[in-house]
Amino acid sequence: MALLELSGVTMRFGGLVAVNELNLNIEPGHLYGLIGPNGAGKTTVFNVITGVYTPTSGAIRFDGSDIAGERSGRITRRGIARTFQNIRLFSDMTVLENVKVAFHCRQEATVASAMLRTRTHAAEEKRVERESLELLKIFSLDGLAGEKARNLPYGSQRRLEIARAMATTPRILLLDEPAAGMNPHESIQLMDLIRWVRDRFGMAVLLVEHNMKVVMGICETVHVLDYGSTIAIGKPAEIQRDPKVIEAYLGGA
Amino acid sequence: MKGALWAAGFVGVLLLLNGLFTGTLVPGVAMPPYVLQVLCLAGINVILAVSLNLINGFTGQFSIGHAGFMAIGAYASAYVTVAWGDRFRAATGFLPEFARDGALLLFALAVGALLAAVAGFFVGVPSLRLRGDYLAIVTLGFGEIIRVFILNIDAVGGARGYSGIPKLANFFWIYLFAGITVLVVSRTVNSSFGRTLIAIREDEIAAEAMGVDTTRSKVVSFVLSSAMAGVGGGLFGHYLMYLHTNSFTFIKSIEIIIMIVIGGLGSITGSVLGAVLYIALTEGLREFSQYRMVLFSLLLVIIMIVRPQGILGHHEFRELFGRRRRAPVDPAPLPPAPGS
Amino acid sequence: MTTFLQQLVNGLSLGSIYALIALGYTMVYGVLRLINFAHGDVYMVGAYVGYYLSRRLQGKEPSLPNAILVMLGAMAACAIFGLLIERLAYRPVRRASRLTLLITAIGVSLFIENAAQLVFGPDPKFFPSLAPHAEFMVAGVRLTSEQITVIVVSFMLMILLRFFIQKTRTGKAMRAVSFNLDAAKLMGISTDRIIATTFAVGSALAAAAGVLIGMQIPKIDPLMGILYGLKAFVAAVLGGIGNVPGAVLGGLLIGTSEVMVVGYLSSTYRDAIAFGILILVLILRPQGILGRVTKEKV
Repeated sequence: MALLELSGVTMRFGGLVAVNELNLNIEPGHLYGLIGPNGAGKTTVFNVITGVYTPTSGAIRFDGSDIAGERSGRITRRGIARTFQNIRLFSDMTVLENVKVAFHCRQEATVASAMLRTRTHAAEEKRVERESLELLKIFSLDGLAGEKARNLPYGSQRRLEIARAMATTPRILLLDEPAAGMNPHESIQLMDLIRWVRDRFGMAVLLVEHNMKVVMGICETVHVLDYGSTIAIGKPAEIQRDPKVIEAYLGGA
Repeated sequence: MKGALWAAGFVGVLLLLNGLFTGTLVPGVAMPPYVLQVLCLAGINVILAVSLNLINGFTGQFSIGHAGFMAIGAYASAYVTVAWGDRFRAATGFLPEFARDGALLLFALAVGALLAAVAGFFVGVPSLRLRGDYLAIVTLGFGEIIRVFILNIDAVGGARGYSGIPKLANFFWIYLFAGITVLVVSRTVNSSFGRTLIAIREDEIAAEAMGVDTTRSKVVSFVLSSAMAGVGGGLFGHYLMYLHTNSFTFIKSIEIIIMIVIGGLGSITGSVLGAVLYIALTEGLREFSQYRMVLFSLLLVIIMIVRPQGILGHHEFRELFGRRRRAPVDPAPLPPAPGS
Repeated sequence: MTTFLQQLVNGLSLGSIYALIALGYTMVYGVLRLINFAHGDVYMVGAYVGYYLSRRLQGKEPSLPNAILVMLGAMAACAIFGLLIERLAYRPVRRASRLTLLITAIGVSLFIENAAQLVFGPDPKFFPSLAPHAEFMVAGVRLTSEQITVIVVSFMLMILLRFFIQKTRTGKAMRAVSFNLDAAKLMGISTDRIIATTFAVGSALAAAAGVLIGMQIPKIDPLMGILYGLKAFVAAVLGGIGNVPGAVLGGLLIGTSEVMVVGYLSSTYRDAIAFGILILVLILRPQGILGRVTKEKV
């Protein structure tokens, strides 16, 4: 049984079918790429998995449980985290605070303990601070810990989004175009980072990307969407040779 | 233990000031009663402003119903004192005289705060699902409904107003609770829970995606805010000794909003500043009371156009000291991935 | 049965007033996503302009041409007033957060109300009669000439508006702006002018409502805009804010339910009914009767 299973998932907006009868399986530790031309429905798939939209039909199972239609927060707490195509950081909060927020769902602290400043609260805060800084260090953002998120350069903001998502200790990480705006050197580092994260934390990664080098470079399985429907699933090498894919979409690699 | 010392010091200073101002400490030395009244009303404003800022400024949920919760607190606590005051005093006969009044006030305030909190829950749960403008309108509506509802309760005076409330609140109690309100809000905001509130303000969808139970956070902050408004209302009633629902219209809610907007929506210091400034302006312009609201509303519009973040924006006073500005710097490129 | 019909007629008359005011709210919200708190006060100003105009024309017999003059005069004055408000208060903050817009609108509303109290005096004034009063009995229902005027004029204006929005270029541009302001701008539409026009039209309709109310209930005061404005706003929300036919539907529904509640239950709840409906709508169906749900794109 796969970690994440989508069966026959369809997402309709009025008359528009954004996602059509999608079947998708992700195993633990799997590096899975989702590609397709713009408007193919990739971000919609993310939104359906993470509870932003409720699928019009079909089933979504995570670790055996049905999660279709659950609230985003609940799905994240189950272990599915995501980044956004248009960066959604907490602009007025510092880099460190952005990450700390994501730790909240794994904490014991209650509002009462916060107000009374109990020892548990202080210990928790210390732990969160330590783990947040460690996470930032992995992403080379610890030097910017006190900087407001909106002041960061674009590339750092993207990295922060990933770091933040990881703070929720997910079992599967959904990355929406993480390499957008990166130069070739940075994309190679991103690839190394994603592989390292998967090896170190054992999490599966579902990647939406337009950068073919990144997708073909690290993904074990590539899933191609076009107008909401699946046109190919396979290993990178197979996909690159698939005539249907080439016809629908295969930008410069 | 450091905290306990500070608390004791604070209480001590307040007692001292109270004695001085009311002329009970040093015979012949007292503050003119009018000035004392303004000071006390300012303190109540601080409680209202800081508590409203928790939900409006820090959580970003725009509520225009605060006066409703203030009213519930005011009337409920007044009723407790008027209707059960004697029985309570009899029951606490073991306490010395001066403590009995304090105990009664605390009990009444607790009841008022509790009822305001309950009301906050029932208003908050359905309303906080709505966004921006709609939330504002709904809370406005609820505030008015609460007021009309109270207006029709004869047991608390109805249209004639509620009189005969003993003067249990004074400078000491008002500023004690103002201090407690600031402390509570400050601690709430500077905690893990507080971070979720700010995250909700910044981007609710992202907050939800990061595992925050946004509904729970919003409701808790709303209930907390309403409870504190209830305390403010209770102190209000026990200071002025008379209540009328005309003091709790949506104009009152808007006045509190003006206070926190002037001071800065995301700043506790700002709310305190705004509350004090507002009452200072109100009293200072008392001779021109006809023009007062005209000027205030004009001021509000001008602030929105020129400096919508108010005086302090999202900053606190202590941040002005010791802030080193650093230009944003691109960090060193990622090191070779560990383990590769 | 006759009582019911009577209430219906009364409700229709009151509801038409609410509808006229609601149209202004809904159109402005449609193009700017702004709840123009000051709109109710424009209605009040319209009533006052009508009052002063009709005083000037008084002495002569109440006549139809005079009445029309007063109506048009008030509408023109308020159209300009609405333009001023937009230009001075709302345009500078147009790109600001929704919260800032809301607070600005509240500020403008408070300003107009308090300034009006200073300028016009806080005491109520009595609108002089503009047309000879007459009463008709139709099927046991009492119809006054004022009520007929209100209903007829309101519907005429609403039909004119519909024609304007559906058939003219400006109207089409207004609809485009309400769908997507930036896209409309890219299509070459002068959004500033369209927004200004929207304000002008909405304000003119509110002024008409003010004059009509002055004719029906001769008492006017500087704070009359608060309650009527709020109820008209509820009407706009009920029908689906941003939706023009919705505003008309909402207005008629609110007017009729208010009259029915007062007639069959008690008058103490007259004002609460609007709030109650508002809360129910926002909790059960926030998009209103004719509105569509818009999902935020993530």
